[in-house]
Amino acid sequence: MSILVNKNSKVIVQGFTGKEGSFHSEKMIAYGTNVIGGVTPGKGGQRHLEKPVFNTVEEAVKQLGLIDVSIIFVPAIFAADVILEAADAGISLIVCITEGIPILDMIKVKYYINNKNCKLIGPNCPGIITVEETLIGIMPSSIFKKGNIGIISRSGTLTYEVADQIVKSGYGISTAIGIGGDYIIGFSILEIIKLFMNDPDTDVIVLIGEIGGQLEIEAAKWIKNNKKCNKAVIGFIAGVTAPKGRIMGHAGAIIGGKNDTAQFKIEIMKKCGMYIVTSLDQIGYEISKIMKKYN
Amino acid sequence: MNLHEYQSKEILKYFGIKVPRYVIVNNIENSIELSKTLQKETGTKYFIIKAQIHAGGRGISGGIKIAKSLKEVKEKVSKILGKYLITPQTSKEGKLVNKVMIAEDIYYEGKYKIKEYYISLLFDRIKNKNIIIYSNEGGIDIESTAINNYNKIFIEEIDSSIGLQAFQTRKIAFNLKLNGQSFNEFIEFLYSLYRAYIKSDATLLEINPLLKTSDNHIVAIDAKIIIDDNALFRHSDYVAMRDIKEEDPIEAEAYKFGLNFVRLKGNVACVVNGAGLAMATMDMIQLYGLYPANFLDIGGNADIKRIEKAFNILLNDKTVKIIFVNIFGGIVRCDIVSLGIINSCKKHKILKPIVIRFNGTNYNLAINIINNNGLKNIYYAFSLKEAMEKIKFLV
Repeated sequence: MSILVNKNSKVIVQGFTGKEGSFHSEKMIAYGTNVIGGVTPGKGGQRHLEKPVFNTVEEAVKQLGLIDVSIIFVPAIFAADVILEAADAGISLIVCITEGIPILDMIKVKYYINNKNCKLIGPNCPGIITVEETLIGIMPSSIFKKGNIGIISRSGTLTYEVADQIVKSGYGISTAIGIGGDYIIGFSILEIIKLFMNDPDTDVIVLIGEIGGQLEIEAAKWIKNNKKCNKAVIGFIAGVTAPKGRIMGHAGAIIGGKNDTAQFKIEIMKKCGMYIVTSLDQIGYEISKIMKKYN
Repeated sequence: MNLHEYQSKEILKYFGIKVPRYVIVNNIENSIELSKTLQKETGTKYFIIKAQIHAGGRGISGGIKIAKSLKEVKEKVSKILGKYLITPQTSKEGKLVNKVMIAEDIYYEGKYKIKEYYISLLFDRIKNKNIIIYSNEGGIDIESTAINNYNKIFIEEIDSSIGLQAFQTRKIAFNLKLNGQSFNEFIEFLYSLYRAYIKSDATLLEINPLLKTSDNHIVAIDAKIIIDDNALFRHSDYVAMRDIKEEDPIEAEAYKFGLNFVRLKGNVACVVNGAGLAMATMDMIQLYGLYPANFLDIGGNADIKRIEKAFNILLNDKTVKIIFVNIFGGIVRCDIVSLGIINSCKKHKILKPIVIRFNGTNYNLAINIINNNGLKNIYYAFSLKEAMEKIKFLV
């Protein structure tokens, strides 16, 4: 068990033959990810990394049968369109790595996939890894060791830092998922928390949030009000020193008002019974203290 | 991307929205000549002089003036143009006014009562929908009204699949108590406004105030548009509207090289890969009793040249006392970062202490490169804690 993906998940890559697509596909295959093919319009019929290439996702589905996941490495100009293509072809889980998709395009995507049997991770995210099973993303897999901590994050490198500190403290990770730093994203924090709560392989959840939006607060309130939450949730929020109204790298990391600052989120998360870690250099140490309570 | 009022109005005009006619002046000498032309064209009696800066609150800060004659135009323009304007939204130093708008006055007396309204379009990230916010009270500060007088504000949600519908435009017009010609004009205005918002990839389109004139016309008196940076690839005409004079010069320099840079008030500069890690690094600096000088995400595809540029900026910035490099190599390789640092340091005579912490891809190689270059200003730390202690000691 794990959440969303495991070693049996059949994966295709959209933007398979491009520079980014090739580079990361090779790493994913080396990790053991079951990549069964890819899509690049105009290159259908070729083989790439010993896998078949198709012109369209629909054709890939016809030829390959059931596909569980599609991961997208397509430039921002075309990315929204290829998410729609994957959803239309019946892919149930789409991971979009691409950064820089316009808000207007994502409004359409969000609306379209809500009416399909389809879930989206990202965009502007590092993807998902179920440790020692499958890597569907761009995370440096060598830092991850198997364990019982689930990680959910709005950030990329900060996730690697946290995973590294957890591993160096002697613990491991079940699944780590980056849901993306954009203004409009697919999976919310709460949806992932619920999945982790039901995952027998995950005992403790680490939530890495940041300024902007209400996703962390929505999750914290659910945790407080839901008796099924018998797993510890540890929270970290980046951006205490961020100025109001400025975009901090991630398109969605912008303080709009009083209720999406790091301080406000930390306050609510504490009130809702979550553990809070405040300093980046203490994350591994604080998590190991909490883990000792639970083991 | 922020636009000036006059740039926003160019976009509105393109979509068929009525705005007061205006001229733009950048020196006092041509202000009279252009005002004369404006007067001939519009027959306006008075002139509205407006500072063009990227900040709100101009009206209450002396950035908007009325000139009652051509002679007064020169006098009032000279009080604004070339001066620093301080508003509640600028820094203490204010913003230099490089351009001034001179507009016709449309608050003229007439048959009907003049009335101001507020209206804006924006994306609501909680509802995941575009929304229209509007009010019977124009010229208001929407943020404080939303908190203290929320009953004065109406919100209309727009369904993502069908867009703005006729019944919604009617509802809004009725809520604003419009009737007759102004009712019909408003409906047309609202459709155009929605089209302008969508077609320009705006993340905010605010008209404050919107005016019903004494002869029952609907006119956008002020306009503020923010364009989605990610959508600029389909708006080559808007790219030229970026006014780098409005931006912090160091941020503008960093932007040219594809660096994500936000200047802060402290003196500990940081060079980080990834926005989340960069923010967490800034926060950690503050938890150790120091203050970050900047947010800097070098990006996933940073090459030696870009790293070198980042260091040139920080080494030249007099407010920076020390530089903290915190890299978790994934796609970014630590050895590439170290080469960029060394290239930059070799070109500078005055060096500042640099504390480096590498982790991830090729960090061993990177440490070797740093160690073999004999630069005395570089200190290596094996953990974040060690890095922070070194920074505290050195700063």
